[in-house]
Amino acid sequence: MKKFISLLLIACLGAFIFISLYFPGGGTLAFPYYGDVDLNGRVSQAYIDKSVNGPNDVVVYGESTDEESGSANMVTSIVVDYRSFDTLGEVTVLLVSTLGVGILLGGKRKRLEYKHAPNFILKHGARLTFGLLVVFGVYMFAHGHLTPGGGFPGGSIIAAAILLLYLADDEFRVKLAGIKIAEGTAGSLYVIIGLAGLATGGYFLYNFLPNGTVGKLFSAGIIPIVYALIGLKVGSEISGAIDGFATEEVAE
Amino acid sequence: MTAMNVSDIIEIVIGVLMTLFAVVTLFSRKIFTAVIGLSIISLVAVVAFIMMQAPDVAITEAVIGSGLVTALFVFTLHAGKEEGEKK
Repeated sequence: MKKFISLLLIACLGAFIFISLYFPGGGTLAFPYYGDVDLNGRVSQAYIDKSVNGPNDVVVYGESTDEESGSANMVTSIVVDYRSFDTLGEVTVLLVSTLGVGILLGGKRKRLEYKHAPNFILKHGARLTFGLLVVFGVYMFAHGHLTPGGGFPGGSIIAAAILLLYLADDEFRVKLAGIKIAEGTAGSLYVIIGLAGLATGGYFLYNFLPNGTVGKLFSAGIIPIVYALIGLKVGSEISGAIDGFATEEVAE
Repeated sequence: MTAMNVSDIIEIVIGVLMTLFAVVTLFSRKIFTAVIGLSIISLVAVVAFIMMQAPDVAITEAVIGSGLVTALFVFTLHAGKEEGEKK
């Protein structure tokens, strides 16, 4: 009976959302069909054309030089160039949440004991895969301005590689002191780059390096540097959190 | 109504799968099954994001949603069980 009532409530809620999205009073759709939106009146078109500061020609991959934002990946040009301050906030949110994990799961700890000890092949196979995963993670944030991906997924892939070692080896632990140094350095360098932009261009996180040709590896000014810092920071933060989850308190 | 093409069919399959595994997650008796159900929802959501042409979000969802979060849940479950067994 209880389940039936909750199902009924959910169905009513779903119908309410569906009806208000697809059949509004005015006659036009409140939520246009996919692909039907006219972008020309919206701010996203200015981001795509790289014409926020004024009109701009068509952006050609591999040919246009010194655009407003040198990134070929439009998402990256928004995330780390036009809206870089938001990304700084996002990184801070991650820092605060891992800080919470650190406070709750900190102190003197030892590894959780596995019921079945991992065998030789698993241990060493995981080490081989670890190298490949780290290289893939570095590729992900080094090419963040060219292909999909970037600092957050790249850092998470590196953390996943660390997680693999934790799963495959019951004695492995990361060196927490090194993680703290990597995380703190990357975070402060991000802010320092922002302040350097403030000093040279007049805006916090201003892209003060030359933008180069759209689509080249060495292009887009500070974007690859900032993405590498974000990748390092996210990777070390999540690795630290994983260490907290995979260990237990030492009994006094 | 226009004729359905392949992408429409894939979208419907994705929607049905996500709903199905959401129900599995809610009503399963074992917590471990719920965790795996949650992981499969993320995995199917990756396909949904790619259908909506958002590869950046899809990569992040694949790594965090179905990889790291599942692993953290499993670790937590493992630790919790150990505590329970001692009592």
